[in-house]
Amino acid sequence: MFYAFGAVAVVTSLLVIAQRNPIHSVLLLIASFGALSGLYVLLDAPFAAVIQIIVYAGAIMVLFLFVVMLLNAPHEETEFDERTHPLLRKGAMRLGALLAVVLITELIWALRKGGESGAFPSGSVTSVGAIGRSLFTEYAFPFEVTSILILVAMVGAVVLARKESH
Amino acid sequence: MTRLAIAQIGLILVVFHGLLLAAAGMVWVERRLAAVLQQRLGPNRVGWAGLLQPFADVIKLMFKEELRPKAADAFLFGLAPIISAMCAFAAFAVVPFGGTTTLLGLIPEGFPLQVADVNVAILVVFAIASMSVYGIVLAGWSSNSKYALLGGLRSSAQMISYELSYGMALAAVLLIGNSLSLTDIVNRQAGAWLGFIPRWFIFLQPLGFFIFMTAGVAETNRAPFDFPEAEQELVAGYHTEYSSMSFAMFFLAEYVNMVTVSAVATDLFLGGWHGPLLPESLGWIWFLLKVGFLLFFYVWMRWTLPRYRYDQLMAFGWKVMLPLSVVNLLVTAAGVLYFGL
Amino acid sequence: MRWCWRERNRTDVPTLNHYLVLSAVLFAIGTAGVFVRRNLITILLSIEIMLNAVNLTFVAFGRALGSADGQIIVFFVMTVAAAEAAVGLAIVISLFRHQESLNPDSFTALRW
Repeated sequence: MFYAFGAVAVVTSLLVIAQRNPIHSVLLLIASFGALSGLYVLLDAPFAAVIQIIVYAGAIMVLFLFVVMLLNAPHEETEFDERTHPLLRKGAMRLGALLAVVLITELIWALRKGGESGAFPSGSVTSVGAIGRSLFTEYAFPFEVTSILILVAMVGAVVLARKESH
Repeated sequence: MTRLAIAQIGLILVVFHGLLLAAAGMVWVERRLAAVLQQRLGPNRVGWAGLLQPFADVIKLMFKEELRPKAADAFLFGLAPIISAMCAFAAFAVVPFGGTTTLLGLIPEGFPLQVADVNVAILVVFAIASMSVYGIVLAGWSSNSKYALLGGLRSSAQMISYELSYGMALAAVLLIGNSLSLTDIVNRQAGAWLGFIPRWFIFLQPLGFFIFMTAGVAETNRAPFDFPEAEQELVAGYHTEYSSMSFAMFFLAEYVNMVTVSAVATDLFLGGWHGPLLPESLGWIWFLLKVGFLLFFYVWMRWTLPRYRYDQLMAFGWKVMLPLSVVNLLVTAAGVLYFGL
Repeated sequence: MRWCWRERNRTDVPTLNHYLVLSAVLFAIGTAGVFVRRNLITILLSIEIMLNAVNLTFVAFGRALGSADGQIIVFFVMTVAAAEAAVGLAIVISLFRHQESLNPDSFTALRW
């Protein structure tokens, strides 16, 4: 199961950065979020899984989709030939892909060096009640600050996206 | 394959076909009830009292030609009705419609009449409701026509605006219900006060029920909030370019969404399958009666109330429903604190 | 007999390392996306991929250490990501109004 969800997440993420049409990118990212949500369920975190769907796939991606549709986002034009795929073009693109490969290799090497870990300790599903209790006692301050952050972001987004009235 | 596994597979099939039959039944109920409210006879020729009318409609739709505009994005055009229909059915998977039953003793350990007993069931319903926005917005976009795009964007904006009040009304019920699992919430509504007033949450949360049902009507794009698919205003909104089975899928999705919202409202506010005079294992009869009652209200509202204009609709959602639902939440929280409900 | 066969198939239980490697791969894909793509919206999407990879790491560690803190931090990361996506998209919209283009190479007004 892990391999199924993991493969879907990796493949759809690769397709997200490789697609030309931004709408297809957004939809593939939604599929990736779905796979990640499945991985959270496998990790005994149903709360994280469900709010991933509600917040990320259900709200943030709708926002992206709206913006792409309202701007009628054009396919990206660069000075390169339109027919070659982005990852095969010369210049900055190849550097980016090379950088990604180097990054992956380094990260995997670092993780391997950390020693083999055993299987997960058998635990029960973390109840949402326990999470809620922590949120309101230990993490109450970040919780309140986050709400102010969202308010600020909302006001900022409305002001930035407003048409300038002359 | 144990008997329990077979019973659960059978339950899945029963729920699926039940929802399809419910959607077909709703088509009939809507047309006959509209006729009664408008003082005319509805369709009464096809079958006894017109009961086969929905099936005749489906057969007619199946024989129509499946059109696709040339400039439309083919993949998304085909995907959109599938997403709508899929989310409508998936949301019902976690809704319990009966207590533990042993199927007349065939299965010694009882099993609940619920396809999946998840302990975060309410959040799952909410999550799938947020995913159904995509069906509409993709339908509007991929049709590549002005009316469809406008209808799609307006409809999805309406849905996400009313999701907020929907969620806040849910949160108020969670305060009293003390659990995210729908089965637990229903079981807390068993019994009665003073012997005859049932312990339903609607008596503790009348405002919450009103907000939930109104937001539910707005979520399913039904009148009086159906501006985006209004026939007179926008041709037909986001499903202008669809024909034949895709159109049927959108309508199926709409009716199944109605049934799901009514079922969740019944579980949360009207006590689910608890009722007098019937044993626990036959509680699904009470459930069906209550859901039917709420669906009757849906249809009644459609043919009685005039349609909201789009800006009135959005103003109502943000300036009236959202503050009301927050006030409801605060009052409920105060009540739980002081009265220890 | 059948029980023995199932035991032998169980050697591949995903450990913490599996999840960390998957998260590293996703993070690298997101980084590559930010460098390679020349479309502002796709760059924002790649940033979201990176944030999700980090979320996966948090939840995996939370599970391995048996505490609920992983999911709580994920809650906060998601909220911050939502705020950042909203503001980022607002900036993209106002940039688009000026230049009619979503290519970051065309915004050269501050370059000397």
